[in-house]
Amino acid sequence: MSYKLQFAELLPYWNVLLQGLIFTIVLTVVSTVAGIAVGTAGASARTFGPVWLGRIVAVYVELIRNTPFIVQLFFIFFGLPALGLKLSETTAAFLAMVINLGAYSTEIIRAGIEAVPKGHIEAGLSLAMTKWEVLRRIVLNQAFRKIYPALSSQIIIVMLGSAVVSQISAEDLTYAANFVASRNFRNFEVYLLAALAYLVLAMLTRSLLRALGRVIFKAR
Amino acid sequence: MSLVSIRDVRKSFGANEVLKGVSLDIAKGDVVAIIGRSGSGKSTLLRCINGLETYQSGSIIADGIEVGGASTNLRELRRHVGMVFQQFNLFPHLTAAENVMLAPTVVNKVSKAEARATAAEVLAKVGLSEKMDAYPSELSGGQQQRVAIARSLAMRPKVLLCDEITSALDPELVNEVLRVVEQLAREGMTLILVTHEMRFARDVGTKLVFMHHGKVHEEGVPKEVFAAPRTPELQQFVGQVG
Ligand SMILES: Nc1ncnc2c1ncn2[C@@H]1O[C@H](COP(=O)(O)OP(=O)(O)OP(=O)(O)O)[C@@H](O)[C@H]1O
Ligand SMILES: [Mg+2]
Repeated sequence: MSYKLQFAELLPYWNVLLQGLIFTIVLTVVSTVAGIAVGTAGASARTFGPVWLGRIVAVYVELIRNTPFIVQLFFIFFGLPALGLKLSETTAAFLAMVINLGAYSTEIIRAGIEAVPKGHIEAGLSLAMTKWEVLRRIVLNQAFRKIYPALSSQIIIVMLGSAVVSQISAEDLTYAANFVASRNFRNFEVYLLAALAYLVLAMLTRSLLRALGRVIFKAR
Repeated sequence: MSLVSIRDVRKSFGANEVLKGVSLDIAKGDVVAIIGRSGSGKSTLLRCINGLETYQSGSIIADGIEVGGASTNLRELRRHVGMVFQQFNLFPHLTAAENVMLAPTVVNKVSKAEARATAAEVLAKVGLSEKMDAYPSELSGGQQQRVAIARSLAMRPKVLLCDEITSALDPELVNEVLRVVEQLAREGMTLILVTHEMRFARDVGTKLVFMHHGKVHEEGVPKEVFAAPRTPELQQFVGQVG
């Protein structure tokens, strides 16, 4: 047990690693925003929409929640070209992330919607608001307040899970780490650094989301 | 001409027929007190009037709008028929004023400033001018229910439906809500109240309706009906609760 850490050997690659980190951050931010948009639409359709639409959403959610992310990613990147849909690594990575978080957040947001007392919906309807106005002005607000912690956790899970996109050569942090390791063979240092970067990123995201939550849902 | 006209309305939940041919005429300015045992269909009847429940046959016409039609404009109907609930149902993420302003801004598209002025007016009417910016969680049950009444009033309804609006309140808070309702009655608001407050029904009501097994079992002028109930069922009911 006398391994000598040589972080200096990573220095020549700082640029690659930084770009990987930035890719991972952008990937997370974009898929969070788009994934929650998908989740909000999906949850709304399941609870307030027509039955047939709710069924379609349910199938989507179950398909995604019961298959591994890496298989979803491979299907999009390697499978879809068979149908003539050829996507770049980056596009495939973003798409897979959005589809994945979209499904999980649909379930989370739906639980929030269902926790809103029925009486609030009836009160809104009795005030001559339409179903969709009630959803937007009364239900979603309360729902998000309730499920915000669960949603925050899911965002972090998805961020950490995004490492998988390196498998289709999307140039994220893990891809960059693989790249550097294959050049300088400093596997220990490279992956230790990558792990630390994910750790810091996850903890930062968590505090950021918490602060954001405090601003959005001012303490009552 | 009646403001609300209910003709032979029948309503079932599955095999359970809850309204078995209810007819009722309510004129402008009437204060109708609906009483009856639990499960006799009082809430269901009220909820049919503003379209929260559908019914299978018969007709309800409220302010000229046929309620049960396939193409009924529920938005138009509900702009004129307000409802207050037992559980207040204030929107917890909005202040008292915002609760009141929501429907006028969203439904009637009035400006924020105008809606706020209306909110100030109706909240003053229910005695809550100082609570405009309080959140529901900061208000007592009685205050919350008065905000809920103000919220309905902001839409300037022609009829206000009240379903046991004091039943969830601590006894000492009941009167502050009843006083507001009484004030509305004096101002000529048409009210349809499901209530267990027999004294209030007798003193403020212009019409008493006793529901029993999904039917209007007995109706009339409250003081007369209470003084001399004709049916044994109402005699028994009045004996129990009064
Ligand atoms: N959504 C529903 N689904 C099925 N049955 C219902 C539903 N709502 C009410 N019922 C049934 O209809 C009957 C009448 O209910 P309703 O709530 O109108 O009675 P009520 O007179 O208001 O009673 P209470 O004094 O307890 O409020 C009851 O037997 C009840 O179980
Ligand atoms: Mg009831």
